[in-house]
Amino acid sequence: MADIRNDFVGIKSPNPFWLASAPPTDKEYNVVRAFKAGWGGVVWKTLGEAGPPIVNVNGPRYGAIWGVDRRLLGLNNIELITDRPLEVNLREMKKVKRDWPDRALIASIMVPCEEAAWKAILPLVEDTGADGIELNFGCPHGMSERGMGAAVGQVPEYIEMVARWCKQNTRMPVIVKLTPNITDIRYPARAAKKGGADAVSLINTVSSITSVDLDTFSPEPSIDGKGSHGGYCGPAVKPIALNMVADIARDPETRDLPISGIGGVTNWRDAAEFMALGAGNVQVCTAAMTYGFKIVQEMIEGLKNWMDEKGHATLNDVIGRATPNVTDWQFLNLNYVAKAQIDQDLCIKCGRCHIACEDTSHQAITSMVDGMRHFEVIEAECVGCNLCVNVCPVEDCITLVPLAAGAMDERTKKKVSPTYANWTTHPNNPMAKAKVAEPAE
Amino acid sequence: MAEGLFKEGIAAGRLSPEAYAENFGDLHPPLDRHEALVESDRCYFCYDAPCMHACPTTIDIPMFIRQIGNDNPLGAAKTIFDQNILGGMCARVCPTETLCEEACVREAAEGKPVQIGRLQRYATDSAMAKDRQFYERAAATGRKIAVVGAGPAGLACAHRLAMHGHDVTIFEAREKSGGLNEYGIAAYKTVDGFAQAEVDYVTAIGGIRIENGKALGRDFALADLTGEYDAVFLGAGLAGVNALRAEGEDADGAANAVDFIETLRQAEDLAAQPVGRRVVVIGGGMTAIDAAVQSKLLGAEEVTICYRRGQEHMNASEYEQDLAAANGVNIRHWLQPKRVLAEDGKVAAIELEYTALKAGKLAGTGETLRIEADQVFKAIGQSFDAAPLNGSGNSIAMENGKIKVDAESRTSLAKVWAGGDCVADGREDLTVSAVAAGRDAAESIHRAMSARAK
Repeated sequence: MADIRNDFVGIKSPNPFWLASAPPTDKEYNVVRAFKAGWGGVVWKTLGEAGPPIVNVNGPRYGAIWGVDRRLLGLNNIELITDRPLEVNLREMKKVKRDWPDRALIASIMVPCEEAAWKAILPLVEDTGADGIELNFGCPHGMSERGMGAAVGQVPEYIEMVARWCKQNTRMPVIVKLTPNITDIRYPARAAKKGGADAVSLINTVSSITSVDLDTFSPEPSIDGKGSHGGYCGPAVKPIALNMVADIARDPETRDLPISGIGGVTNWRDAAEFMALGAGNVQVCTAAMTYGFKIVQEMIEGLKNWMDEKGHATLNDVIGRATPNVTDWQFLNLNYVAKAQIDQDLCIKCGRCHIACEDTSHQAITSMVDGMRHFEVIEAECVGCNLCVNVCPVEDCITLVPLAAGAMDERTKKKVSPTYANWTTHPNNPMAKAKVAEPAE
Repeated sequence: MAEGLFKEGIAAGRLSPEAYAENFGDLHPPLDRHEALVESDRCYFCYDAPCMHACPTTIDIPMFIRQIGNDNPLGAAKTIFDQNILGGMCARVCPTETLCEEACVREAAEGKPVQIGRLQRYATDSAMAKDRQFYERAAATGRKIAVVGAGPAGLACAHRLAMHGHDVTIFEAREKSGGLNEYGIAAYKTVDGFAQAEVDYVTAIGGIRIENGKALGRDFALADLTGEYDAVFLGAGLAGVNALRAEGEDADGAANAVDFIETLRQAEDLAAQPVGRRVVVIGGGMTAIDAAVQSKLLGAEEVTICYRRGQEHMNASEYEQDLAAANGVNIRHWLQPKRVLAEDGKVAAIELEYTALKAGKLAGTGETLRIEADQVFKAIGQSFDAAPLNGSGNSIAMENGKIKVDAESRTSLAKVWAGGDCVADGREDLTVSAVAAGRDAAESIHRAMSARAK
C-alpha cells in the first residue's frame, strides 16, 4: 500500500492534502471538522494585526460560473482576511494544534510592510505551536488596496524584504504565498528564495469579475448595484496554476525551492498532477467549499490507488516526475509527426470534428464518402493539431497516432526522420545554430 | 351486481374522479427551465445534424436547442415555427422515437437521445404562453385562396399563404378546427384544449378566415371554389374508415376506434364515458394504441389489441407499443378477425383466426381463437373519400385511392393543389408530414401567384 505521509519543509502531515487559508479554516469549529474528515493539514485563515478586526461586506462575497447543470466551475470572492479578533484565532489555533498534534497547522499572516508589524505578530503565532507560517502576498482584492496581499506579491523586492524579516524573527518555516496576477511568476519566486523563504505556495486567486447582471448592469457579485474585482479560484484556474508551478519547479534559480500547489485541486488526479509538476503537497479550498470536507477521503484513497497501480511507494516517487518533461517550445521535437485517426466503430457521426477542422482549421476531415455521412481524416491535410480530439464528444474515438520513423508523411511528402530536431537548427530560423541545442539538465 | 371496475358490459364511471384526472393528465409533463437547460446541454450541435434531416419539416434542431441552452426560448420557438408553424402540436404527438430522436447521435452513442420533442414543446409553449407572434404579413397581394380542411395541412398552408400576403378562407366540415389534432389524438397527448389554442395562435397572423360546418360536396362544390378563388388547396384528410369485413361487425358494442377517440377528446366529463369491461381493438397502428390505452385508462379490466401480422409489421412505433404494454394492454399478433359474436344484439366475444405468412402472403391457418369482449374497436385504417370532390364537372386524378399530386403538390386540376393524408405523395401519414405538405404547397401556390402577377 502506498505511503502518502507528507513532509513539507519539515512539516509532517499524514497526507499531502491541506486546506488552504480561506473561510474553511477560519475557526476551530471548521478546522476540527476538517481534521475529523481526514485532512492532513490546514493553513489557518489569514491573521491580521492586533486591534480592531477587519470588516467584510454584508452582501454577497462570492460570485461563480457554472456548467449548465450548476456544476461550479469557478468561484470568485471578495472576502478579506479573518474578521475575528487576533487573540481568538491564536487561542483556537493553540488548542487545535494541541488536540491534533499529527496534523499540520500553518498560520497565514498578512500585516503591513513594516518590520515592526511582523516582529509583533510572529512570537504570538509561534506561541500557538503552529508548524509554520504562510505569508499572504496573494489576495488581489480589498487588502491590496491597503498595500498588503497582492500589492506586496507584485513587487519582488517587497517579497524578499518581508521574507527576510520573517526568517530573522522566527524559527518557524516560512512559506510565501504568491499571486498569479503578475507577468512572470519566476520573479516573485526567486525573490522569496533570496529572502530566505523555505517554500512558496501558489497560486492565490486570479483577479476577476465573474459576470455582469444584464438587467441591472452591475458586475457580480453585486453589492447594492456595484461590484469590485474579486479573486478567482476553483477548477477553472487549475491550468494556470499548473503552469506557474512548473515554471518555478524548472527555473534553475528556484528548482530546489519546495512548492505547495494550489489552484482548482478538486480530486486526487489534480493533486497528483500538481505533485508531478513539482509541488510537494497541495492545498484545497473551492472543492471543499463546494462539496464539504468529506471529499478528502476520495482524494486519499484515489491517490493511494493510483500509486499502488503504478508502483509508486511514496510521494517522493511522484513529486517532480513530470518537471523534466516541461520544456520551451524551441526544444520540442519537430520531427515528431502525428496524425489524427478516427475509430469508426466508436464514431457516432456528430460531425463536430469535421466542422471544426473545415471551418477553423485544415480541411482535413471528410463529411461524406461515397454519398454517405462519414468522417475520416485526410492524412495529406492533417497537421496533427489535436483540435478534433478535443471537440469529439466520445472519449478515445479520435486519437493522435505518431508516425513511425521512416513512414511517409502524406502532407509534406517526406519520410519521418528518426532523429530529434528542433527549432534551434531549423533552416527557417534566422538565428539557427549549427548544432541542435537541447534543454539544460 | 358488481360496480365500478368490474361492472359487466359497457359502463361509465368505473373509476374515481381523481383517477380520471390522473389517467388523462399530460403524458409528458412540460420541462421546467432548469430541466430544459440541462437537457439542451446534452445536444452536441452536430454538423449537418441527422435529427434535422429526420424531421419531415426540417426544423433546425441543433440551433433551437442551442437557443434554449442560452436562455432564449423565444428565439428557439421562432427557429421551430420558421419550418413548422404547428411545432407545438408536433412536439406533443410526433413519434420522435422514429424521427429526430431516432437519428440523434446520442441514440447511437448511448441509447438515450436528446429529448428533442420535449425541448421543442418547452420552446413553443414559451412563445404561445406569451402569445408572441413572429411573423408579419407581406403587403396584400389581392389574391384569394381557398383551403379545404382546417387540419394540420390546411392550417400550415393557410399560415404560409397569409404570410405572403394572400387572403385565405378555410372551409372546415366540422364545428371545430384542427382536424385530427382536435379529433383524432389520444386525450393524454394534448391536454387543456391545446389544439384549439394552436389554431388561434396560427390564425392570429391575420388574413385567415375559417368557415366551420362547411363541407365539400355537401355545402359547396370544388367548382365553386375554383370559380371564386385564385387557387384552392385541398387538405381534407381521410374521412372514410376501413371496414373489418367480418361477420357481425354492426353489433351493438362494435365501433370505429376513431369515433371513440374523438368522443373522448370532446368529452366534458370522462367519468360519463362508457367503456367495456373487456375490450378488443383490431389493428396495429397508432389509432389502435390510442383506443386501447384510453380504454384501459377509462377503467376497462382487460384490453387486447389483435393485429393480423407480426410485431415487426406494426405501424405503431415501439415506443407506442411499450406505452400500451405499460398501461396493461395485451398486444397479440398473427390474429385476424373472423366474426363478432353477439348476444341479444350486443357484442359478447370476437372470434379470430390465426394467420401466417405463406410465400409472402398473409393467410389464415384455420385455427381460431375466441376472446370474450363487451366492446370491439376497429382500427384498421382510414381511407380517402373521393365522392365529395368529384361532380360538378370535376374529375380529379387519383392514385392508390388518394389524390394524385406532382412534386409541386399540384393536382390534375388547374388552380388546385392538395396535401396531407388525402394525397398520394409518399409522405408518411403524420401530423408533421401534413404540415410540411401544406407549407410546401403554399410556397408553390405563392410562386404561381407571383408568376401570374408579372
